[in-house]
Amino acid sequence: MRRDHIAPAPTPTVHPTTARRDMLPAWLLLAPFLVAFGLFFFLPALETLWLSLTESSLTRTSAFVGLDNYHTLLNDPSFWDSVGNTFYFALLTVLPLCAIGLLMAMLVDRFTAAQGWLQGTFFLPFVLPISVMTLIADWMLQPSSGVVNHILGGQRAWLADPHWALPAVAIGTIWWTVGFNMLLFLAGLRNIPSELYEAAALDGARGFTLFRTITWPALRPVVSTAVILQLIASLKVFGQTYILTSGGPFNTTRVALHYMYETAFTQSDAGYAAAVAMAFVAIVIVLSLLQAWIARWLARRDA
Amino acid sequence: MRASFWSMLGAACAIVLAAMWAFPLLWALSTSLRPELETVSSQFHWLPQDWTLDAYRRTLVAGNVVRWLFNSCVVALLVTVVTMAISLMAAYAFSQLRFRGRGIVFGIAMLGFLLPFEALLVPLFRTMHELGLINSYAGIVLPQVVSPVVIYVFKQFFDAIPSEFREAAAMDGAGPLRVLWSVYLPISGNIVWAMAIVTFIAAWNNFLWPFIIVTSNDMMTIPLGLTQTYDAFGVRYAQLMAAALLGALPVALAYVLFQRRVTQGFLAASGLKG
Repeated sequence: MRRDHIAPAPTPTVHPTTARRDMLPAWLLLAPFLVAFGLFFFLPALETLWLSLTESSLTRTSAFVGLDNYHTLLNDPSFWDSVGNTFYFALLTVLPLCAIGLLMAMLVDRFTAAQGWLQGTFFLPFVLPISVMTLIADWMLQPSSGVVNHILGGQRAWLADPHWALPAVAIGTIWWTVGFNMLLFLAGLRNIPSELYEAAALDGARGFTLFRTITWPALRPVVSTAVILQLIASLKVFGQTYILTSGGPFNTTRVALHYMYETAFTQSDAGYAAAVAMAFVAIVIVLSLLQAWIARWLARRDA
Repeated sequence: MRASFWSMLGAACAIVLAAMWAFPLLWALSTSLRPELETVSSQFHWLPQDWTLDAYRRTLVAGNVVRWLFNSCVVALLVTVVTMAISLMAAYAFSQLRFRGRGIVFGIAMLGFLLPFEALLVPLFRTMHELGLINSYAGIVLPQVVSPVVIYVFKQFFDAIPSEFREAAAMDGAGPLRVLWSVYLPISGNIVWAMAIVTFIAAWNNFLWPFIIVTSNDMMTIPLGLTQTYDAFGVRYAQLMAAALLGALPVALAYVLFQRRVTQGFLAASGLKG
């Protein structure tokens, strides 16, 4: 064992001549992406911040007004109502989407004979355009000739009912997107070594005990990933409610992004809309961090 | 005994859920194969009484469905090709080339994960307005080609390739673009296909951005156009369902044909291994 022959650990230190030789090709290869990124991401991001401090229309910037837009925002009941509706939608969708997705993944994983068909049936809606889902949902929920009322009896106008409109949109959303969560959980389930189950089965564990002692602990990281991705996706709801109910009845389905859209594109108040966008981003980031923090705290408590 | 109870319960769950998830599309299909009068008839039937393709014929003739399908094809293909090209080049540079500022530039590019696209709508619309790109293919496509996720996935894949590959090629005097094209691309086939299909599906389904940037009926993509069908057809459910299924067909086919790649791509994009 001659010490001097042990290879040095790979380090990111760059030989100066390599760096110089790679410089030009690197920037040339990066150029197309950087131009697109700058024009369509980075500058617009800065512009949102800047616009939120101005009084601007959709096409014209008129005056710097400091924090006025944010001040208005704090006292704007329409904004807070739309945030409330967004939270309600998240409440209606996040847990069901994760629970049903997990159940589906376990079923697909278990029934190997029908695996392809089951997985395809659950996942297919996820690859469809949003308006395919909304057209079918609208038809199924028709008060007089809709199939839902035919099955349940009655003539309820689901999408025009202030109590039922948002839950109805949530159910359509669950049908549409649960396949993605199923996929996440399925990948998680397949990463659990089968020896664990075999060993537990030898110890006499069956059914729910297997789930509680092996499946659930092993899936914990995937569950917290799925919850956070789902939370962000649910907070960004817009298309479903916009197409199915246009925010009605009585604004009970007008969500945060819908409010931003109306402010910018129907009232042409781009400055205020930018402030709404900034507040929305802040809410999304704070909630994601909070959720990640709770997940880590729970994991540490159980460890 | 107990094991059989659990598997019976599981089988029951599987059947009920599969029926619930298959039903809406089957019901749309059943509706689309009826004459229009049957959809509003007071008599309820699960299957058409009078099978006909009339709704499909009318949908293809009236309205703009064919035009929207064409627009969606153009947009989704352009987004996919451009995204793949610029992301592969950028990921190769981030992964394999050593240059000053690499860490910072990569960090800034990954900020894209943090900020939702929705927050950029207003300034993006203003930019497009200034560039005169409202209601144009370029206007629809360009903001969709910036995809930090795709770059991240490719960079991770390239990171795992032993550097001997590149060094051997560089020894023969091949430049970086040549090495990317003839050494890295051929061994990245799977992941490139997976990401390309996922990008295509995402671009095909994108509703929000075309909704903002397109106002002319002739420039609409299918997800946007389908929301206009009430105006085009009136409340004719057989025709609306036919239009919905026509809009669903290309992506549904892509999924059925490339099921494993689609699965792999969505998993890679979510940060989990496929």
